[in-house]
Amino acid sequence: MATVIIPTPLRKFTNNSARLEVKSGNIHNSIHELTEHFPELRKHLLDEKGKIRSFLNIFVGNEDIRDLQQEKTTVEENTIISIIPAIAGGANY
Amino acid sequence: MITIEQDPWEVMVKDAVSAFPDECCGFLFGTEDQEGNRTILRALPVDNSKQGDKTRRFEISALDYLKAEKLAESGEFLLLGIYHSHPSHPAIPSEHDRKAAQPYFSYLILSVFQPEQIGVRSWRLNEAELFEEEKMNFFQLHKQ
Repeated sequence: MATVIIPTPLRKFTNNSARLEVKSGNIHNSIHELTEHFPELRKHLLDEKGKIRSFLNIFVGNEDIRDLQQEKTTVEENTIISIIPAIAGGANY
Repeated sequence: MITIEQDPWEVMVKDAVSAFPDECCGFLFGTEDQEGNRTILRALPVDNSKQGDKTRRFEISALDYLKAEKLAESGEFLLLGIYHSHPSHPAIPSEHDRKAAQPYFSYLILSVFQPEQIGVRSWRLNEAELFEEEKMNFFQLHKQ
């Protein structure tokens, strides 16, 4: 099983679990597997079309999936997936 | 209620003043009791990685975020939020702040008009994904 590290702000939707296991396959399937187990995660991880939200970064190890095969990036046994919220903002109204 | 201890406050003020007129940003670590009252015990400044104009925008890199999570995982404090500054603007979240905001986190905003004029307010997203102001315990602060 692969491991997904849940960021602190989303742990209230995973019964405070910081690490969850998912089947190997690809990132798309792994993220959808999470949302099936924890439906409240869905709106924070996926947009209306079921794609990973643009405000999220997904890393496999230390690599951004945008630099790999995006949602088709392979998830192997022992892969560590990190869900990283984009932190941004500013005074511009 | 969110309480800011002296050390993190001084770290944030120093960061906001030295970054002026750009925005500064960083992480907040601390404790939370069973009633949800938070105490900020450490502030960790990080680079504003926004490309281009940093006077009205900030961004924290994914790698800096990962480091903050790892620090919380290995340390005694929880990762409780984010701070950033609004140079020459009030400490009120913008629509841009709201769109990018995460649940659970406290968003501390420091308004900096001059080094002697610093205000701070703290905000959290509610269930409707709108910001609500958090009550603060001020440590020798003057609310603006």
